[in-house]
Amino acid sequence: MPPGSSFSLNLLQDLHAILALDFMRNAFVAGGFIAFAAGLVGYFVVLRNQVFTTDVLGHAAFTGSLGGLLAGLNLLTGIFGSCIAVALAIGTLGGRGRGRDVATGTVFAWVLGVGVLFLSLYTTSLSAASGSVGVSVLFGSILSLQSFQVIVASVAGVVTTLVTVAIARPLLFMSVDPDVAVARGVPARALTALFMILVAVTVAEAVQAVGALLIFGLMVTPPAVAQNLSTRPWLGMLLSALIALAVVWAGLVLAFYISYPASFFITTIAFVAYLSSQLVRRAHKMRLVRAAFT
Amino acid sequence: MTDQRLSWDVVADLQLLLQFHFMQNALIAGTLVAIVAGAAGYFVVLRGQSFAAHMLSQVGFPGAAAGVLVHLSPVLGLIVFCVAAALGIGWMGRDLDAGRRAESAAVGSILAFSLGLGLLFFRLYAGSAQGIYGFLFGSILGISDRDVQLTLAVSVVSLLALGIIGRPLIFASVDPDVAEARGVAVRALAVAFLVVLAFAVAITVQIVGTLLIFALLVTPAAAALQLTARPGRGLVLSIALSLAFTWAGLSLAYFSDFPVGFFITTLAFGTYVAIRALKLIAVLWSGRSPAPALFSLGAG
Repeated sequence: MPPGSSFSLNLLQDLHAILALDFMRNAFVAGGFIAFAAGLVGYFVVLRNQVFTTDVLGHAAFTGSLGGLLAGLNLLTGIFGSCIAVALAIGTLGGRGRGRDVATGTVFAWVLGVGVLFLSLYTTSLSAASGSVGVSVLFGSILSLQSFQVIVASVAGVVTTLVTVAIARPLLFMSVDPDVAVARGVPARALTALFMILVAVTVAEAVQAVGALLIFGLMVTPPAVAQNLSTRPWLGMLLSALIALAVVWAGLVLAFYISYPASFFITTIAFVAYLSSQLVRRAHKMRLVRAAFT
Repeated sequence: MTDQRLSWDVVADLQLLLQFHFMQNALIAGTLVAIVAGAAGYFVVLRGQSFAAHMLSQVGFPGAAAGVLVHLSPVLGLIVFCVAAALGIGWMGRDLDAGRRAESAAVGSILAFSLGLGLLFFRLYAGSAQGIYGFLFGSILGISDRDVQLTLAVSVVSLLALGIIGRPLIFASVDPDVAEARGVAVRALAVAFLVVLAFAVAITVQIVGTLLIFALLVTPAAAALQLTARPGRGLVLSIALSLAFTWAGLSLAYFSDFPVGFFITTLAFGTYVAIRALKLIAVLWSGRSPAPALFSLGAG
């Protein structure tokens, strides 16, 4: 936190102080686009019960990004490349990556193990400054995004949002009732592949914001909150995206005033929102039950 | 350890391996961990609870960081957080099911929160990147004398508990309905086992870290169940594999300067793949369907 900027009750002035800083502007813009897309795509991830696919992609992003760095590639290239490759592999192999069963668990412990090897090779082959690159891939580095990362994040965020909205209707249909959807001529295979690519791009973006280990906080928790609050799909999608956005921005504001990691605030706010939404849902259920008996 | 060279003289190698106190500690703790993890892991796979093991270990991450933060042992923090999580799962009253939508969303939210909390604790402690990597991926350094004593105590308690509940637990795992009808306290057993599992996870994190726990806790047992359906043999085989991975992994990490987590996961993965492949070949070779018991127990 820069000196002289403490929280005041003048919110406009606070916002001004926050946005005066280059890295905060970057974080707000990139984080906003990433969060909106993550909330939207995440809605379908939770609806289609593919939560652990995002976990698998996050693991792949860790190993892929460090492998890419070792091979002399850019960090972004490694993250995007590994996410999309693994997503397509999951899609074509037909595995849903759903259950944390023994075989997938063993494979992905190994993938992470290889990632650790890459990390140790990378940090010993280069200067000491590279020592924390693993931590930023694992836990995110939203406050140190470069300007080209902001541009990539914005473009990727807009494109994924537009594509998701465009395929939302058939995707909803297919997610809720796959057999009927196929019978009615929805191109299930193409749609699944396209959705997997959307998930991969979103995970790759979210890894930069909150990190490979915390992507659940952006792609699973906000949709879960939205589905607790509304059963209507379009409203739920919008809510999910807006909640993710609010969580990230609120996390950034907190991280600005209290110098603890932004990723911690983002996941904590998301978790508190989730607990609150569980209470709201339970209260709503109780009201329904009571109404039915009176 | 760049100055340590592996030679063909096994005795000299062993002397090199054991010349430093940290390595003695790592090997003692590793041996205890491998025995407990191999034994507890057998029941984990038998009961299909690998997901619970995964969750317990991630909830343990902030525990380890908190243990360091308050200047107590990280193992103590791990034990407190893991046992609390185990009791939480037990209190929820049913097994975690990654396939159910609401549940996987809830679990995902808890995992992200607990890892974020761990990150906060590390920052509060001003811990180095190496410290975080150690708890995520395991380390051969930094296992203190007190950690070894705690590990010993936890191992003895866990193994005693497993010895007491082992027989009814196998019964309850293989056929819960019949076990319940025969008067076995299935629910109490399930909770008791979750607590033992929490102990096992807490000490295993020292060697392979939060994220790679499968390699010692699940894969050896899964491999053992591929080879034999008999509980006694399976348990011994699971412990033996776990010990082999740990000793080989620690030694390779010591002599090569690469992380221990990489070696242990690679050994575990390689062994598992080899056993599955050999079984497949054996099945194709004999040209008939395998004995049903092998597959129903070892379904991975």
